[in-house]
Amino acid sequence: MLKELFKKTTESVSEKKHSKIKEKIARSMNEPEVPEGLFKQCAACGNTVYTEDIIANYHICPKCGSYFRIDARTRLSMILDTDSFIEWNTSLETSDPLEFPGYQKKITHLKKLTGLDEAVITGEGKIKDIPVAIAVMSPDFLMGSMGEVVGEKITRTIETATGRRLPVIIFCCSGGARMQEGIVSLMQMAKTSGALKKHDEAGLLYVSVLTDPTTGGVTASFAMLGDVIIAEPDALVGFAGPRVIEQTIGQKLPEGFQRAEFLLEHGLIDKIVERKNMKQVLYTLVRS
Amino acid sequence: MENQLRAWDRVQIARSAERPTSLDYIRGVFDSFLELHGDRAFRDDGAIIGGIGVINGISVTIIGQQKGRNIKENIRRNFGMPYPEGYRKALRLMKQAEKFHRPIICFVDTPGAFCGMEAEERGQGEAIARNLFEMSSLKVPILSVVIGEGGSGGALALAVANEVWMLENSTYSILSPEGFASILWKDSKRSAEAAEIMKITADDLKHHGIIEKVIKEEEPVSLENIDRVTDQMKQGINDFIAAHKGKDVDTLVKERYDRFRKM
Repeated sequence: MLKELFKKTTESVSEKKHSKIKEKIARSMNEPEVPEGLFKQCAACGNTVYTEDIIANYHICPKCGSYFRIDARTRLSMILDTDSFIEWNTSLETSDPLEFPGYQKKITHLKKLTGLDEAVITGEGKIKDIPVAIAVMSPDFLMGSMGEVVGEKITRTIETATGRRLPVIIFCCSGGARMQEGIVSLMQMAKTSGALKKHDEAGLLYVSVLTDPTTGGVTASFAMLGDVIIAEPDALVGFAGPRVIEQTIGQKLPEGFQRAEFLLEHGLIDKIVERKNMKQVLYTLVRS
Repeated sequence: MENQLRAWDRVQIARSAERPTSLDYIRGVFDSFLELHGDRAFRDDGAIIGGIGVINGISVTIIGQQKGRNIKENIRRNFGMPYPEGYRKALRLMKQAEKFHRPIICFVDTPGAFCGMEAEERGQGEAIARNLFEMSSLKVPILSVVIGEGGSGGALALAVANEVWMLENSTYSILSPEGFASILWKDSKRSAEAAEIMKITADDLKHHGIIEKVIKEEEPVSLENIDRVTDQMKQGINDFIAAHKGKDVDTLVKERYDRFRKM
C-alpha cells in the first residue's frame, strides 16, 4: 500500500531523493512516538509534508486537513495538563486463553516496539485543574483491539473513578474485540459495560470520544455508552466494518457511510469536535 | 459417541435447518406463551421474539432469537440476525419484566447481529451496548440458554445473565470460524481448523468457566426427539427460578456483575 501511495509523488521527486524519503517514512510508520522522519506522506491527499508541520498542527495534514491517527501518549499530551498524568493498572498480562500460536510472541514484540504495555493507557490526570479518570486506546498496538487486559484496565479505571467520584473520559480507537483471545474478548464488552452502569448509577459523567477507527465490540460496548459522545471529524465508526457490510449486501457503500458526520446526521452522537478544540470541549463538560 | 464430534461438526449441527428454534423450545417448556411485539419506535423485528410465559404457575418474560425453517420464514426472521430494533424490543420487554418482578429467560440462536446499512444507520452498536449496560443491573434473575449459534456481540446482547447454559451441540463464539480464519489467517477456508482452536463448544466453555451448564443432547436435537431436551430444560428452569426466588435484589445484581467481572 505504501508503494502505491508513493507512485503519485515519483514525478516530482528525483529517484534518489525519493528512496531516501521513503526509507525515512517507512521508519517513522513503525514508530509509536512522534515520528523522527523529516517528512510524512498524507494518505488522504498524497502530499509529502514536513513532519514538524504536522506535529505543530495537531497531527493534521496542513495541506488537506485530514487527521493522522495518533498514539495514546501523544493524545494524552494534547488533552491533559502538563505533568498531571498518573498512570494506573500497568503490568497486567494476558492469560492467552486460546493459546493462539505466536500470540505471546507478538505481544512481547509490540510492547518493545511501542513502549506500551497493552492497547490502552489508563490513569488519572487534570484538564485545566479538574481531575478526571482517562483511558486512551492506541492504534499502534494490534489496532487497539480489546482482549482481556484492555477490558480489565478499562474496567478497573471505571471502578476506581466510581469509588473516587471522578468523571471518566475514554478515547476509543479500536478494530473491536481481539480475535486471538476468543470468547474472553467478547466477555470484556459485558464487563466494561457493567462497570459503566455502576458509574452511571453513582451519578457520574462519562464522555466517550470516538476516533478513527472505532468498530466492532468496542462500538457495541463502552464507545456508544457515553452520557456525551463526541467524535473526531471523518472518524470511521460502526459495528460492522465496511468490508463486511459490502460482502453482506453485495454492493458498494456510499461515500461517507459510517463516518462521524453520518453518525451525527443519524442522531447517534452528540457532536463532532476538531482536535484543536477537544481539550476545551472536554473541560466544558467535566466542569458542568 | 457425541464426544467424538469435532468442533466443526458441532458448528454444522448448530446451524442445521433441522435444529429446533426458540419457538419450539418455548412450546415444549412453558405452559403458555403470550407474544408481545415491537420496540415502540421503529418496527417489529422478526428475528427476536418476546413475551410472557408461564412455567410451573410462575410468570416469566421470555425473549429469543428466532430463525426460520425455510426461505419464506427466513425473510421474516432474517435468518435470526436481529436489527437494532430487535435488541430494543428485547430491552423494552426486559424492563417490563423488572417492573413486574418476573424472571427473564433468554434463548440465544443467532449467527450475529445483522451487518447491513440500515442496521448501522439505526445504531446496531448502540443497541447492543445498551442491552449489555442495562442487563448488568436488572433487578430480576436472568437465565440465557444458547440453543444453536451464539454469534458474537449479537448473542451477548441477550446473554448478560446470572447463568448461561448451552445445549451440547450449540456454539458460542467471538466470530464465525470462517470470519476468524479470514481475519487471522487471511483464509476463510481454514474454518474447520479455526473452530477447533477457538474453544466454542459447550464443553470447552464450561471447562473454562464461561458458562454454568451443558444440556446433554445424546444425539443432535431435532423436532422428533426435542422432548429429551425440553424435559431437562423445564427441570433446570424450575430449579433456577427456585434458587433465585429468595435472593434480595442487591445479591442478584452483584452476582451477575461478579460473574462477568472475573472474566
